Amino acid sequence: MDILIYGLINSVALALIALGFALVYGISRIPNFAHGALYVINGFVVWTLLRGVGLNYFLSIIVAMIVTGIIGALIYQFILIRVRGMAISEIIASYAIGLAILEGLRWWGFRGMSNTLPVFWEGSIMIGQVPVDFHRVLVVIIGVAVVGFLWVFTHYTRIGLALRGMAQDERAALMLGIDSDVMALVAMALGAMLAGLAAVLLLPLGNIVVEKGYNVLIQAIAVCIVGGLGSWMGAVLASFLIGFAQILTTVYIGSHFQMVVALLAIILTLILRPSGLFGRQKELEERV
Amino acid sequence: MNREQRRKERLDRGIKVRTDSIYALMSLRELAYLIAPRFFLIAGMLVLPFAMPGMYWQRVISIVCIYAILALSFDFLAHFVGLVSLGGAFFIGVGGYITAVLNTNVGLPPLVSIPIAAIAGGLICTLLLLPCLPLRGVYFAIVTLMYPLAMARVIEALDIFGGTDGIMGLESFPNRWVEQYLVIATVLVFLFGLRRLVNQDVGLVFRAVKDNDQAVKASGMNITYYKAIAVFIASTMGCFGGACLVHIYMWSGISLFALDFSILPIAATVIGGAGTLVGPVLGCFILVPISELLRAFGTLRIVFYSLILVGFVVFRSEGIMVYGQRKYHQFERWVNV
Amino acid sequence: MSKEPLLRVIDVTKAFGGILALNRVGFDLFEGDILGIIGPNGSGKTTVVNCITGFIKMSDGKIIFRGKDISRKPPHKIADMGLTRTFQIMRPYYSLPAYKNLVIPLFSPRAQRTGGWRGGGKLGDRDTVGIDILEEIGFERDSYVPYKLASTLPTGYLKRLELARCLALKPDVIICDEIFSGLSMSEIASMVPLIERLQMDGITLIMIEHRLRELFRVANRVMVLNFGEKLMEGTSEEVMASEKVKEAYFGSEEVEEVMSHA
Repeated sequence: MDILIYGLINSVALALIALGFALVYGISRIPNFAHGALYVINGFVVWTLLRGVGLNYFLSIIVAMIVTGIIGALIYQFILIRVRGMAISEIIASYAIGLAILEGLRWWGFRGMSNTLPVFWEGSIMIGQVPVDFHRVLVVIIGVAVVGFLWVFTHYTRIGLALRGMAQDERAALMLGIDSDVMALVAMALGAMLAGLAAVLLLPLGNIVVEKGYNVLIQAIAVCIVGGLGSWMGAVLASFLIGFAQILTTVYIGSHFQMVVALLAIILTLILRPSGLFGRQKELEERV
Repeated sequence: MNREQRRKERLDRGIKVRTDSIYALMSLRELAYLIAPRFFLIAGMLVLPFAMPGMYWQRVISIVCIYAILALSFDFLAHFVGLVSLGGAFFIGVGGYITAVLNTNVGLPPLVSIPIAAIAGGLICTLLLLPCLPLRGVYFAIVTLMYPLAMARVIEALDIFGGTDGIMGLESFPNRWVEQYLVIATVLVFLFGLRRLVNQDVGLVFRAVKDNDQAVKASGMNITYYKAIAVFIASTMGCFGGACLVHIYMWSGISLFALDFSILPIAATVIGGAGTLVGPVLGCFILVPISELLRAFGTLRIVFYSLILVGFVVFRSEGIMVYGQRKYHQFERWVNV
Repeated sequence: MSKEPLLRVIDVTKAFGGILALNRVGFDLFEGDILGIIGPNGSGKTTVVNCITGFIKMSDGKIIFRGKDISRKPPHKIADMGLTRTFQIMRPYYSLPAYKNLVIPLFSPRAQRTGGWRGGGKLGDRDTVGIDILEEIGFERDSYVPYKLASTLPTGYLKRLELARCLALKPDVIICDEIFSGLSMSEIASMVPLIERLQMDGITLIMIEHRLRELFRVANRVMVLNFGEKLMEGTSEEVMASEKVKEAYFGSEEVEEVMSHA
């Protein structure tokens, strides 16, 4: 029973982490390797605003997410836009910027146990026989809400529909007057904000450490590869698969293996079904 | 005379044309034109250990050479086979740990365990990278990026191979001259060997795989096999470097999987001139000493490399050696139109 | 001449998502034939080739080459067995000179086994044999053309380079995907004798073409595809006279119009 609950929580957490990456890749085909960096820097900004400036928690979150969104947009506008289309250069450029941010934060002094964010709501409730803290329940609720919101956004708003159009066929979207660069910018900003949202929800469960940036990157990529690069539904489904697998390994083998699970998931997917669960990149197997 | 009325003309230097294939033997001047750069490179590198003031800088030379081996393997894979390896640290780590285990548990002396570690490491790395070889290049980049990060965590989590403390008490080389000349000689051998290889028939197949793998498939050759051979070559080189490194420091630990080893070869290649194989070596000679000088700043080094890398990738600069080769073989002059 | 078909394509079906690109297409190819495959754009001609040569997995159907089932084999194994193809979107190795482009197929296991076209595979300097093959194909031997980088060659030469790439493997079958497209009249005029000579050398050809006049001159049998289905198969006269084919190409109202100008 507790496996179910913690599995659910872990899966939603993974989905939150991966959605930002999946969004950016699905729309603009840019693998944003600075995803982990955006996650951590959002946490850093919230912490600075909260502890350093003394701003209200809720306000800090809003400001931080906006700042992170702006950073994401800047990364796109000044760096990624120049290497758009060259997949390897995009990876190197976004990875290098992500590294610069993460290692810069590390040098600045972000290490160890001293930096934490408070949980939203103290206390816990009992579900079945299992004690679950409020914050984790909140994570699930907000996570589901985010997925729902994204679905509504991309199906019913103009910008959302434009994003979906770009994701399906860039050339056709261009012909319909949808500016691909602007859409990619919006996608990056959205993706960055989603990373920030994930950070805000998940960092209070631990502490703000630069290592988390790399872990987040690995997990986001694992989820997206298993689910199929470019498919949002696939990412959600894959996060459940990997989430439950991680909890099962924690229970039966040991809690250190979470990264191993992610890596194994990637390798197995690449061997068995390279395009992932819902991958639209059937071209991997059949390209001419 | 403004720009519209002039244009830049590029001419092959007369002597370059005269040194085409067998005509180079015509006179000493042509021979010198061809041999001089190579001679200065080899002589310079061989003389280097004597020129260095003190043991610290001699050790730096060894480190430079190890990075140079990594950078060579990166350039080879990226520009001659089309596989971008974002995780050179993986090769270093695997090679380092294998030789450490061989040295402490089995008791093999370094000069024996290093070659074994290189080849065994090459096999292991190739095997681990095999699943992503039939797929698009993006996947290779992603997987090579992940492996060092994941390996570091796995070793830490499972607490094998010494966990976070690492394996200590490894033997060192018989004397420091062996240490230095081994790596210098290896760099030279790999450099000239790879230059030879890419012009042989096998090398042409690698380059064809980079250009157009569908056509290679249509010619009846199994791409995965050739990519695997290339990865084996590159990973053997990297593992050799890692094995040497570990014996220089007499210690092997998780820091072998550090980002330094992944990022610096890429930055060195980009700065030194991608695709020339000499460029990456040169890039290492520039970046590693700077890195040593910046050691006081901690991980700011990596910020530094990353920013340089972003700059070069974004502005698509050609690199020092590419520029240098062009200038050596051609000259440019303004001509009235 | 043996009556057993060299290549049997049986009921090949391929669906891309909801679109049925090929619907139970089949034909037999006998040794020494030149089979033309024609049809309007989007009729599935290139898809048939991709399915036969293993670049695309079929949804259903069987391909039998020399009695062996090659339906699920990967493309390099099929090429290794002697069934080669050219690409409609040309794929030379851009960074290499033209004659070096041929070193790669001469390096393949098949060329090394069979000795390659004119014996360049096993022994012999692949560079020299590459130049020989290019000369046969129509590059001028003593000019600098074979030494130019493939990225600088014009279309006519690149088409021939594609063909040369297949020839280097000493194939049994060559599937030419739109090899006349993009060529001028004089270039085609110089390629047709080449095709006829290939047939005399014992190579069986399948040619996918849009340029019907030239195709009908060389092909002895023609198959017509439309919307992924096989409309008919016969000699070039039969195909030209068929009402169904004209309708497929021109639309029924225009048939009268065109026929009056034929």
